[in-house]
Amino acid sequence: MFVLALVKQTVRVPSEKFNRDIDQAISEELNLKFANKVVLDVGLCIALWDIIKRGESFILPGDGGHHTKVEFRYVVFRPFMEQILVGRIKNCDKESVQVSLGFFEDIFISSENLQKNSRFDETEHLWIWEYQTEDGKHDLFMDTGEEIRFKVVAEYFIDTTPSGPSNEAPDSSLDPIKDNKRLSYRINASINESGLGLLSWWAS
Amino acid sequence: MEIIDANTAMLSNFEVLGLLNSSRVKGDQTRNQSGSLATITYEAIKYLEGTPAALQSEGCFKKFLEDVKKFGLTIKEKTMILNLRPKTDVEISLIVQSTDQERLTEEQIEELIELIQNTLPE
Repeated sequence: MFVLALVKQTVRVPSEKFNRDIDQAISEELNLKFANKVVLDVGLCIALWDIIKRGESFILPGDGGHHTKVEFRYVVFRPFMEQILVGRIKNCDKESVQVSLGFFEDIFISSENLQKNSRFDETEHLWIWEYQTEDGKHDLFMDTGEEIRFKVVAEYFIDTTPSGPSNEAPDSSLDPIKDNKRLSYRINASINESGLGLLSWWAS
Repeated sequence: MEIIDANTAMLSNFEVLGLLNSSRVKGDQTRNQSGSLATITYEAIKYLEGTPAALQSEGCFKKFLEDVKKFGLTIKEKTMILNLRPKTDVEISLIVQSTDQERLTEEQIEELIELIQNTLPE
């Protein structure tokens, strides 16, 4: 679920960090810039792994800091397709089940990717898997907070940097629900296979 | 920023947990005023400590990779086994993709489960 991304970038180290070891100062700047951010088509950045190459440092007119070109490897959260992961159910609604890993919560299992014969219970506000056995149906509940094993089936990256004004009506673009849907990195998952779903379902 | 390669290597949960608990990240964290590194490392450590990776050591990690060679699994499959520590054949069949012909016989699956139980701590 974690990979190393190799990135080349010019880093500015402010002058107040000149007394520090240069690699340490650069590593601080890189973590300041990337930690807990989603990079388009790369994934969610966690922490710096190492600096591979460090070029010469330059001081530019009108700027106290120095600029150094570095090549570094960063730990990135980016599960591969078909990877099996374990998380906790965060929320259920009519369309999907949302799963959280704690540090990443934009994982959705849409209703068609749930186990066959699942139904949504409006009063309890959760999904129920109607498991068929010889002696009838068993209702298996998908409670919030339960541990769930799922398979990654799709990923979507959206460039969320603000662009110019949109052509849509202004009041619709301020709609908070629509805004929430613009997730920069979103994973679609599936539990439609034996062995997938709540851990308690397969414990025995 | 130039992405040379978005995926140069795959890391197991154990390796990431080791990095996040190491002093080089801790040192940056205290000096990182924005707190985003502190947030993500705290949350990721919290998640990873609930996984089998929290109990693994370098010794068992290497032993497992050495012993598992005979099954001919891919790197992705081995990473998933290390991260999830499967206990049942249902879990193994999820992880090890079976195409037209079965890649692992039933005996091999049992042998693999035994190997996991013997090398990776629960």
